Amino acid sequence: MKIIVNGEPASTAAGTLADLLAELELADAIVATAVNGDMVRAAKREATPIADGDRVEILAPMQGG
Amino acid sequence: MDAMTNKTTMDMADPVAFYGTEVASRLLLGTAQYPSPAILAEAIRASGTEIVTVSLRRESGVAKSGQSFWQLIRDLGVRVLPNTAGCKTVKEAVTTAEMARELFGTPWVKLEVIGEDDTLQPDVFGLVEAARLLTRDGFQVFPYTTEDLVVAEKLISAGCEVLMPWGAPIGSGRGLNNPYGLRSLRAHFPGIPLVVDAGVGLPSHAAAAMEMGYDAVLLNTAVAKAGDPVRMAHAFARAIAAGREAVIADPMEVRDMAAPSTPVMGRALLGS
Repeated sequence: MKIIVNGEPASTAAGTLADLLAELELADAIVATAVNGDMVRAAKREATPIADGDRVEILAPMQGG
Repeated sequence: MDAMTNKTTMDMADPVAFYGTEVASRLLLGTAQYPSPAILAEAIRASGTEIVTVSLRRESGVAKSGQSFWQLIRDLGVRVLPNTAGCKTVKEAVTTAEMARELFGTPWVKLEVIGEDDTLQPDVFGLVEAARLLTRDGFQVFPYTTEDLVVAEKLISAGCEVLMPWGAPIGSGRGLNNPYGLRSLRAHFPGIPLVVDAGVGLPSHAAAAMEMGYDAVLLNTAVAKAGDPVRMAHAFARAIAAGREAVIADPMEVRDMAAPSTPVMGRALLGS
């Protein structure tokens, strides 16, 4: 299915948000996630299904002022 | 003042507390725009800061740049103040704050709700609303605001126990654009920790803010974009400490007329 990951179109076979992170080799990374504009806590990723057209944001600590 | 008294005064602990957390350094430093991670780390060390600002940005599975940045910050042993930089709506800012709390494990958030692209000035209406929502949810909010007294009142009513008025637009290096307004804010809220955040370009700007009685200064670009960021970080640390010490030392009053500093009594008459 086609989804949007961090603003870029992507194809995935992942059924859940946790699967998607594993697919992107970010399973063990320190990241925060949101689907369609709403935060999904780390503990909820395995139970969060990914559907066609979903917008996923995967954010990490970054430099800031 | 003898040498011993002098030493005692200089060594006197003078911490500032934000939401009950005491820190000795009154410089809060941003972590963006440095020439390299190594220079960032060295500048943080040279500044003596105990609080650095960080952000949340999209992570790539290939580069994973966020992971190495986070490791660098953790190794330095400083506290982090996550920001909501770039957020333009209450919803964006609140969601970003929630994500930051999970990621960084701190209830602290530097709340930015940006209202205008050219000046990056805060949307103070959205700011107050977001501050209320976040405070209710257990956050300890450091609002990036203007020097407006009414907005400041509303932020305090919303639960903010720290205010961070701008000196000038973010990244401009213009210093303190409205010294009168900043002084008024200080006078109106004597018990609230006030931090000048943004627009500081030179150590003298930071010293001026401290001399006005501000509790701390938050800056980033002035250090990161200096020719020698490490040296500039050290210069800011000294200026902020000097400004703070001047407040404790109780400055003289300004006069309109000259007053001789050398005694007039005992002056010889040497004219013809």
